[in-house]
Amino acid sequence: MSQTQSPASLPAVVVADLVKQFGRFAALRGINAEFAAGRLYTIIGGNGAGKTTLLRILAGLARPTRGTISILGTKNLNSIRRQIGYMAHPSLLYDELSGMENLRYFAKLYGIEDSRCAEIICKVNLDPALARPIAQYSQGMRQRMSLARTLLNDPQILLLDEPFSNVDAQSANLMVNLLSTLRNHGTTLFLVTHQVALLDGIADEFVAMEAGRIISRTREINP
Amino acid sequence: MSSFTAITLTTLAKDLRLEWRSKDAINSMLFFALLVVVIFSFSFDPTAEESRRIAGGLVWVAFLFAAVVALNQTWAREMRNAVLDAYRVSPAPANPLFLAKALGNFIFVSILQALMAPLFTVFYNLRPLGPAWQLLPVAMLGTWALVVNGTFFAAMSLHTRSREVMLPLLLFPIAIPALLAMVQATNAILLGQDSAKFWIVLLVTYDLVFTIACLLLFETVLHAE
Repeated sequence: MSQTQSPASLPAVVVADLVKQFGRFAALRGINAEFAAGRLYTIIGGNGAGKTTLLRILAGLARPTRGTISILGTKNLNSIRRQIGYMAHPSLLYDELSGMENLRYFAKLYGIEDSRCAEIICKVNLDPALARPIAQYSQGMRQRMSLARTLLNDPQILLLDEPFSNVDAQSANLMVNLLSTLRNHGTTLFLVTHQVALLDGIADEFVAMEAGRIISRTREINP
Repeated sequence: MSSFTAITLTTLAKDLRLEWRSKDAINSMLFFALLVVVIFSFSFDPTAEESRRIAGGLVWVAFLFAAVVALNQTWAREMRNAVLDAYRVSPAPANPLFLAKALGNFIFVSILQALMAPLFTVFYNLRPLGPAWQLLPVAMLGTWALVVNGTFFAAMSLHTRSREVMLPLLLFPIAIPALLAMVQATNAILLGQDSAKFWIVLLVTYDLVFTIACLLLFETVLHAE
């Protein structure tokens, strides 16, 4: 582990007895955990382990069947939506619009100035003047633009679901460096990925999930 | 400008831009309505008097079916790449999204009506015997009645497996009072025998009641899993 960060006095996220059922299937089976602020948590586990469900609940996109979550000291997620950034497996972008058009639209939802859009597009190493629609972007460009949308509101909590899937090595490294910088500036990151090697030496903690439970939390990748 | 208005207008502008580039809704609606006009005109050979009696029903049923095409497109766009989730995680309130979608659909269906009206007039040899200007408020109120409920029910059927079948099943029964008012008002104007005022007032009431109900319930629908 190369990075050490002094944790803030209050945990950024507290999850208590979290259960999520889809019909008879329990995606989460009673998760209890605390996550300190300003850290990069890599959530790992096989398919169906509950990683995406956990992220969607933290993002406020799914309601827990039972249990509570507290983010930045509040249980009312509506009051802290501005502080959360969510990047899903799909791009969450309109294919017919250019990157800049997409970001301008989402900026308006957060009451953010247009100038921030160009700034954030440059941050992910894309050209703000690129006029072609998202549908014509490569997968790597699309993922980076998706990350730009997620960072638009300068969130304190960043939830990233498979951000490196189908991304070339260069784009993935660029994204990892950006995420590492954000963590160093105090952002708390939850990152679901199967490409754990990319985060070796970067992530503060590896949270392993299996069958809807957290089975281990380690500072190194388990062999 | 309040953030509510700003978000509504930005979302509306975004939807108009998406439609301008894809033309998904307009093209499908236009072809559908055109087919209805042509097929019915070949199926019947009505006199001018008969045309006036059946035109109200024919026109509004054609617009209702054509509108369903646009209404399905409205939310299908938001489901591609799960873009709706980006709105749901944002701090933006739900209602600007609903209003923008309803206004967008209102514009699309109004464009369709503007394009189809001359064709209906020619194919069915229509000449209103009553005050023709009243057709404008009837068209506007009737269109809003269809799109406000249609937009709402299309959002409700988003997470169902066969949402394109679900929308008409939910929308048509609830649209019956509005459809009745539209047809009767149009017939009254075309035939010039009765006043259309009662039906217009009914449409205004229907629009008010359902717009308020949809606005009150939309947040729950948007955040439903």
